[in-house]
Amino acid sequence: MQFTIEVGRYNTENQYDPNAVPGPPFPPPWDSSPARRYQTFSVDLPEHAVVLDALIQIREYQDPSLAVRCACRSAICGSCGMWINGHANLACKSKLAEFTVDGKTRVESPPSMPIIRDLVCDMKPFWDKHLAVRPWLENKQPVPPSNQEYRVPNASMEELIQEVSCISCGACLMDCESFAVNPDFLGPQALAQAYRYVGDPRDAHTHERLGELSKPGGIWDCTHCFECVQQCPKGVAPLDQILKLRKLAVDAGYTNNPGTRHADAFAESVKHSGRLNELTLLPKSVGLFNIIGQLQTLPSAINMVRAGKLPPLIHKTIPGIERIRKIFQRVGGRFK
Amino acid sequence: MKVAFFPGCVSKGACPELYVSTQAIAEPLGLELNELTSAPCCGAGVMSEQNRDLTDALNGLMLAMAEADGADLMTICSTCQGVLSTTNYQLQHDEARLAKANATIADQGFRYGGTTKVKHLLWMLFEDIGIDRVAAAIKRKLTGLKIAPFYGCYILRPSEELGLRERPERKGYLERLITLLGAEPVEYRGATKCCGFPMLTFNRDKALAMGGNHIIEAKEKGADLLVTPCPLCHLNLDGQQPDAARVLKQDIDVPIFHLPQLLGLAFGFEPAQLRLNHHVVPTASALEKVELKV
Repeated sequence: MQFTIEVGRYNTENQYDPNAVPGPPFPPPWDSSPARRYQTFSVDLPEHAVVLDALIQIREYQDPSLAVRCACRSAICGSCGMWINGHANLACKSKLAEFTVDGKTRVESPPSMPIIRDLVCDMKPFWDKHLAVRPWLENKQPVPPSNQEYRVPNASMEELIQEVSCISCGACLMDCESFAVNPDFLGPQALAQAYRYVGDPRDAHTHERLGELSKPGGIWDCTHCFECVQQCPKGVAPLDQILKLRKLAVDAGYTNNPGTRHADAFAESVKHSGRLNELTLLPKSVGLFNIIGQLQTLPSAINMVRAGKLPPLIHKTIPGIERIRKIFQRVGGRFK
Repeated sequence: MKVAFFPGCVSKGACPELYVSTQAIAEPLGLELNELTSAPCCGAGVMSEQNRDLTDALNGLMLAMAEADGADLMTICSTCQGVLSTTNYQLQHDEARLAKANATIADQGFRYGGTTKVKHLLWMLFEDIGIDRVAAAIKRKLTGLKIAPFYGCYILRPSEELGLRERPERKGYLERLITLLGAEPVEYRGATKCCGFPMLTFNRDKALAMGGNHIIEAKEKGADLLVTPCPLCHLNLDGQQPDAARVLKQDIDVPIFHLPQLLGLAFGFEPAQLRLNHHVVPTASALEKVELKV
């Protein structure tokens, strides 16, 4: 079967095949990532072939200068993460037939990461974040004697299967919306790994880890866009792990942050009136005594008022509010 | 057709233009809106982080109200859609969770049997109302306008819970609608990306940059306006746009329309009837292209 592949080429020597046509610049915030040149190849492969099969065939038989990083070809090593039709994916797991749009498949190094050459990006930002969460066990004392192991309930390890499944391919970080505008954000992979250790009963530093993760750049800097859940080829669902960390951090007492104030103010409003009160939510989330924070939101508030978009000053409660309050009471927990 | 209508908190709060324009287009579309006035806020994914049992019960209550009505539950907010679709999917696939939610709302005389379908107005246009009916309601073609679709995360992701596996065409409804109304859809990466609103109170400047970048990309591709099915996106893209321009150090000035406002214009309503004169970013530049004034 014949497949057409458009490969994003880049090299620092500025040497390209005459058929490689310059692509448009990337949209902001990636406008400083070098524009690629797209070279079109045609490959003859079976219907079940994957994108990586095509790239290897191109490199072996058509253009040996093509740089592509790969190893296991089985979605285990995580080497071949790249953009396929504009989204991060594993080349070895993406079937050409499924990824052929308008008769072709476009592959390129993601502009969210520094580029080295062709399809090879620099994974340094990824590994820096990974290491920043100290992805190793801090042994609980006493450590068992050398001929014995820690005994933990099976169920507590089953809880971590998703996180342990991570192969560090970086697909989640490549498409992370928060990372795109905030390079300091730890990102979905590192935070999912952080949960892997926070949730491990053998780890001694749970509390300290949650404190670190509650700081700027941590769990509260995720924008909740689900891109990482969508792109992860191994079902790690990093966002789900970030949300678990938020709950554990709040339960552990790390509540002096806008995220916790926001959730508390949100729930208070729903319990009071059944609906969200936008007029009080923002000031309470920023912190009522955070004068600078309040001033920063003021110009936007004034714009909204001038446009006639002010929420009703008298916040009406929904009919049957008692029912809602009883549900809050009955469920209990933080918002009771 | 009759629907159980959940307008969401924002259309009753800071985006009254969304509520008004939805009411306006209901009649030409043949929609009988039975508003669930006593349904609580969906929680926007914020409350569920800290207390999932609570949002299971509150969303279960709303789903039960629609079920009792014998109608599909219609939303006009991508965020309500995402939260309700996700909870509905989980309650339908996890008997223990459904039983727990039901045990909580039983005291209030409600029980959810798991049969409610939750559908955004955008989906209903294509799947229930029918695109022929939409076309028949058009009185004013929006020819000459270049419109950038902005979906909002929660009407697209997580795709499994939102039924996109069975209906992948949901990813392209806005573009098809823009074309049907006589305008030209703008193709740009930001269409399916995050507006930044969920992060606004945690990391203000980054949230503003996130949304602003997508508008700038659409503008560079020639967009006269963005249209969104999500009022939370609207709050960030319209309400905060002047501040985003300050953070990104460049002018933006691109009006943002709610989906029902765009439909309303095509159905012949005047801009003021759709409250297009109550936006932070003036809508005049886009309206001029179809020879309308605010």
